[in-house]
Amino acid sequence: MVYMKYIADVVTLEFFQEKCTGCGKCVEVCPHGVFLLQDKKVFITDRDRCMECGACANNCEFGAINVNSGVGCAAAIINGMITGGPPSCDCGVESGSNCCG
Amino acid sequence: MGIEKLSFLPPTAVKKAAGQPVALGDSPRRVFSKVEPDWTWKDYWGEIKCRVSSFRMRYTVNPGLYAVGEPDEASDVFVTANYKLSFDILRRELRGLNAWIIVLDTKGINVWCAAGKGTFGTNELINRIKETNLHNVVTRRRIIIPQLGAVGVNARIVQQRTGFRVYFGPAHAKDISAYIRAGYIKTPEMRLVRFNMLDRLVLTPMEINPAMKKFPLFGLIVLILFGIQPSGILFKDAWEGGLPFLILGLMSVFIGAFITPLLLPFIPFRSFAVKGWLTGVIAVFALMKGIELSYYKSLLPLAAAYIFFPFASSYIALQFTGSTTFTSMSGVKKELKIGVPVYLTATALSLLILIIYKLSQWGII
Repeated sequence: MVYMKYIADVVTLEFFQEKCTGCGKCVEVCPHGVFLLQDKKVFITDRDRCMECGACANNCEFGAINVNSGVGCAAAIINGMITGGPPSCDCGVESGSNCCG
Repeated sequence: MGIEKLSFLPPTAVKKAAGQPVALGDSPRRVFSKVEPDWTWKDYWGEIKCRVSSFRMRYTVNPGLYAVGEPDEASDVFVTANYKLSFDILRRELRGLNAWIIVLDTKGINVWCAAGKGTFGTNELINRIKETNLHNVVTRRRIIIPQLGAVGVNARIVQQRTGFRVYFGPAHAKDISAYIRAGYIKTPEMRLVRFNMLDRLVLTPMEINPAMKKFPLFGLIVLILFGIQPSGILFKDAWEGGLPFLILGLMSVFIGAFITPLLLPFIPFRSFAVKGWLTGVIAVFALMKGIELSYYKSLLPLAAAYIFFPFASSYIALQFTGSTTFTSMSGVKKELKIGVPVYLTATALSLLILIIYKLSQWGII
C-alpha cells in the first residue's frame, strides 16, 4: 500500500510541546498518524501527512495544537474565491452541488 | 484515554436511568425504530445510485434513535449521519451485535464532510442525546462516534453538557467489532484512513459526471469556432474541423477524471495539477499520432490543442482533491494560486491561436 502524501511544507499545523500533557487525544483522532505518543510526550512524525482537518486541535483541551483547518477541495476553494467567503463546496439538498455523498 | 472524570455535572446532565429492559413502545419516552443489519436489494441499488448521481443528495434517513438486534440498557450507542449510505454501512457492520444507533441531522451528508461543515457537530450531538432521551435508554454513559466525526465533535463539551463520555471509534465501520472485542481500544491501523485503488475507483463517476456536464458547452464553442465563416456557420467545416477537438475534449475528461485518480500514487509529483497535466500531455501526444498534420494543413490548431488539452485534464484532475482523503486546504490553495492564472493564460492563448488560424483561413491575415 502506497501512503500518499500531498504537497510538502504547506500545512499550517502548529504544535506547542510545552502545553502538551501527553493525553494522546490527538493521536486518537488523527486519520493520518501525524502524532506519536512516546513516554507521555507527543511528537509530530510527519507534518506533510497532515490534511488540516482540524480534529486534533478541536479535541486538544490544552491548546497545544493550532491548525488552520478547512476542506482540501479545489471546487470549494474556487467557490470561496468567487464569493469572497470561506471555502465551501456548498453541498446540500438546496444547492445544485452534490460532491459530499 | 485522556479525559479525567469531571467533578461537576450540569443539572441537565444525568438523570437516574430507568434501567428497565427496553422494548418497542415500552415507554413513550423511548421512541426508536428497529432496523435490520442486512441490506436488501434496494439498499444495494441505493448505494449504486449514490455513487454515480445526484441521487446521493436525497438519500436520507430520519434523525433519531434506532435499534439493531435486541439492545437493552447496557448496550452500546453508535452515532452516525443521516446520509442513508453512512447509516446502512454502520448497521451492516453491527450485524450480530445488539446496539443503539443515534442518527444526527447532517442534512443528508456523510460523517466526514458533515463534521467539516459542523453539522455532524458538538451541538447537534448534545441536542440529539437530549431529544432521544438517551439517559433513560442506557445506563452506561458512553457513546461511540466515528473517529472522523472528531473534526466536528468536541468530546469534552459533550461530556460536560450531557454526562456522556465520547469514545472516538475506528475510522471505518468495518473495524467496529474488532474494536469492541479489543475492549474499545483502537489499533494504530484502525485510526488511519486509506485511499487505495478501489476507494479511488468508486469516486471517479462523481468526477466524470460534473466534467461531462460542461462538455456540451465546450462542444458548442468548438463547433462555432471551426464552423464560423464571414458568410455564416458552415456545418461541414464545423464538424470536420471540430471533431478532433471534441475527441481531445473527451480524452481530457477521461484522463483528468478517471485515469489520473485511478493511477494517482503512480504518477510522478505530488501536485494534482501537475499529475493531470503530465498524463494529459502523454495522452494528447498519443492521440495526435492519429491526427495527421495534413488534416488541418496548418500547425496552428495542433499548437492550440497541445497547449489547451493537457491543462484541461490538469484542471479536471485538480477537482479530485475534493474526493481524496489526504489533501490539505493549504496545499490546494497553493495549487490554485499557481494553477488558475496558468489555466486562464493557456485557454486565452489557445483561443488566440485558433482565431489567428481562422483569420488566415479567411485570407484576412
